[in-house]
Amino acid sequence: MNRVMAYCDRWTVAPGETVRFMVSCLGGTSYTAQILRLKQPDAGPQATPFAPEPVDAPCNGPHDGRFQAIPIGSFAVVPAHPALAPAGSFTLAAHVFPTTPAKGRQAIMGTWCEVSQTGYALEIDGQGRLAFRIGAGPGRVAVATAAPLSTRRWYHAAASYDAEAGAIILHQSPCSDHDFHPEAPATATAPAGFAPGAGGPLAFAAHSAGPAAGPSPWGGLAFAGHFNGRIDSPRLCAGVADAAARALLATDPLNAALAASLIAAWDFSRDIPTETITDIGPRRLHGSIVNLPTRAMRGHNWTGRETNWTRAPREYGAIHFHDDDLVDACWAPDFAFTVPEGQRSGVYAARVTADGFDFWVPFFVRPPRGAATSKVAFLASTATYTVYLNNRGRFLSLLTERYQGRVMVLDEIDSLLIEFPEMGLSTYDRHSDGSGVSYSSRHRPLQNFRPTGRHWNFNLDLFIVDWLEKLGGDYDVITEEDLHTEGLALLEPYSVVLTGSHPEYDSLAMLDAFEAYLRRGGRLMYMGGNGFYWRIAHHPAREGVIEVRRAEGGVRAWDTEPGEAFHSFTGEYGGLWRRNARAPQRLAGVGFISQGFDHCSYYRRTVDAADPRVAWMFAGVEDELIGDFGILQGGAAGLEIDAVDPRLGTPPHALVVARSENHSNTYELVAEEVLIPHGATDAVINPDIHADLTFFETPGGGAVFSTGSIAYAGSLAWNGFDNNLFRLTTNVLERFKSPMPFPLPK
Amino acid sequence: MFQFDKTRLDLAREFRATPWGEHSPDLQYLLSLMRRPGPEPYHVLITDRPGERWTLATMQPGSKSPPRRTNMVFTDLRAAEWHVFRLRWARLAGEELPFE
Repeated sequence: MNRVMAYCDRWTVAPGETVRFMVSCLGGTSYTAQILRLKQPDAGPQATPFAPEPVDAPCNGPHDGRFQAIPIGSFAVVPAHPALAPAGSFTLAAHVFPTTPAKGRQAIMGTWCEVSQTGYALEIDGQGRLAFRIGAGPGRVAVATAAPLSTRRWYHAAASYDAEAGAIILHQSPCSDHDFHPEAPATATAPAGFAPGAGGPLAFAAHSAGPAAGPSPWGGLAFAGHFNGRIDSPRLCAGVADAAARALLATDPLNAALAASLIAAWDFSRDIPTETITDIGPRRLHGSIVNLPTRAMRGHNWTGRETNWTRAPREYGAIHFHDDDLVDACWAPDFAFTVPEGQRSGVYAARVTADGFDFWVPFFVRPPRGAATSKVAFLASTATYTVYLNNRGRFLSLLTERYQGRVMVLDEIDSLLIEFPEMGLSTYDRHSDGSGVSYSSRHRPLQNFRPTGRHWNFNLDLFIVDWLEKLGGDYDVITEEDLHTEGLALLEPYSVVLTGSHPEYDSLAMLDAFEAYLRRGGRLMYMGGNGFYWRIAHHPAREGVIEVRRAEGGVRAWDTEPGEAFHSFTGEYGGLWRRNARAPQRLAGVGFISQGFDHCSYYRRTVDAADPRVAWMFAGVEDELIGDFGILQGGAAGLEIDAVDPRLGTPPHALVVARSENHSNTYELVAEEVLIPHGATDAVINPDIHADLTFFETPGGGAVFSTGSIAYAGSLAWNGFDNNLFRLTTNVLERFKSPMPFPLPK
Repeated sequence: MFQFDKTRLDLAREFRATPWGEHSPDLQYLLSLMRRPGPEPYHVLITDRPGERWTLATMQPGSKSPPRRTNMVFTDLRAAEWHVFRLRWARLAGEELPFE
């Protein structure tokens, strides 16, 4: 059976611009492509029938295809240079912190080429021991080994080739870590009656595997032997370093006494936000990181006196490499679509199909740059989509069912992610060594960014699109990627901006743009739950790559390690916006209070609903209960829900016009609200857990309407759009479109 | 410490009536016990047609293998939940639940 995977090079495209698609066939040599406009999710018999609208495009139709591998695993590399292949004796040294020493052979540093069996390599051998290998071609390989390495401990490793003695020498020195681990330094030697051959480029955390048969992450080469763990202050010098010289090699800053012998000294504490590794040695043999290993990591010399890497970069000279890091699948493009001038703004996708197996590659067509074609903008939550991409962990344990309260449901595309781990991870996952995933990229095939499958994020947001289509389709689509880049200018032309169902992740630029928009009379319909929760950082050079540091509080799949709460991309403190004094309640009136995934509930009108300030909202809405129906687990209030909290910034004039109730045991109070565990934390007993349908005016004549529930959008289309929640939400949209200002209440 | 008690058929009946939503404390404890992550395979549902038809499958924790389908097909998620509950009860009790 042939199956197919694909991704595209950009998510946001304007008329006249081109989006390129990369495709891989899994078991076949052909596929078909079709460009479609998406108007609703594929949500079963209770929803609007799934009917993507075909778009005429030259790329539609059959294509030849082939398999394209994904070169997963991070490393750093320095282009080959004669100085990196010393003619005589030499020593290489580094601080090393292995996190999976027992997983098998792993490269740490060297020019080793596995195909030609040439070069030199400091590495971990198949028995978890530090090893030094040199080779001059097949049959001429020498290896020395020392004691097995412990997991997650720093060592200083030094390896020498002694040309005069015809030997290789390896030293392993454990570093003190304020504990009483009984490790002693170790030394090993072995004869080596030949000099190492030229090898490949000098690489850290992987070695060259010769020319790549498929996509290459760097220089047309394949790389293997990926290392899990940290490397700090790697250095290379001429000669055999004796104990005194090794001590100098281990010092920081670089000791001037090394000047006569030093070949290179890479200082990973420099240029942390970039993909450059900087050589502070005499030849300036700079290199680059590949597949985005984690930077701004505590080094071997971290003291704890400073937790912000920007103020003590020398203590953050480690890079943490992982064998499952991935920033770009590096596939060759297969076809392209140039958006015709005049093409309406909307949510689109390329559907690629092989043997009846569909794979979806969504993208967003914005209006022509600098123009708006509607008063209404739907802001696609591309930051949140990116952070969640390929969330593998949710499938791999019964833990998911434990907190969701339902048997897990998945489909064939989800299975593809399980079958092909090289599709990479989400920031909800842990790496293979147990460390949290800080970076996510959209430059790879994506399992959970599609109009089918689990209703979450993109797929769930299509319920909002479905509603806007029902109202006549008068809306533009803009994206958070562009909001981060363009700020207020992107929002300013619109009377109303609608978020997606779960706009959870924001950069400072995004929050500032929202605030400025609202202060100028803009109107925000926050159409979801758990929004504006985590701070993110965008990669300074790569579009579609986002960093999350899960610091301090919050509902989270992992937490940052000590001293690593500041983003490497920007130097900003990560974690909850609440911890950055920008709690979601300040912007939207409500903020995350609870989550549960077994059953959704309803809202009950409050006395605030009778306030004349919101009379327009309830025109034609007489019911006491609102949203006691829905495609998503039977109600409009659920999945992740938000409540008002004046302590955190809900404005005093905010009206909670309806409040949810009757949530289940799986709805637990968020962790940041439980400072002392007390047991009364689920919705059955804790009265703080509810979704608040909230409205308030802003000083410039604008207003905010917040649903406070991810499930809300799933009720809009209920009963053929004939329901109270549809009427209420449509009333809000119509009033928000009106130029008539909202006066602030006295 | 909460422990499984195969005489607590009231909990099975409660689950059958209300697989999702508010549960009694003891049923919630039982479900947490049944859903405790461990090394043994666990059940999932594979969507055949969204909102209409699902096939029961098993997965190995941490596996790189896709779910393995069983021959149990459901057109109602409540029935699927109840079926999985019965399987788990039987594993804990060493015997089938005495009612459907």
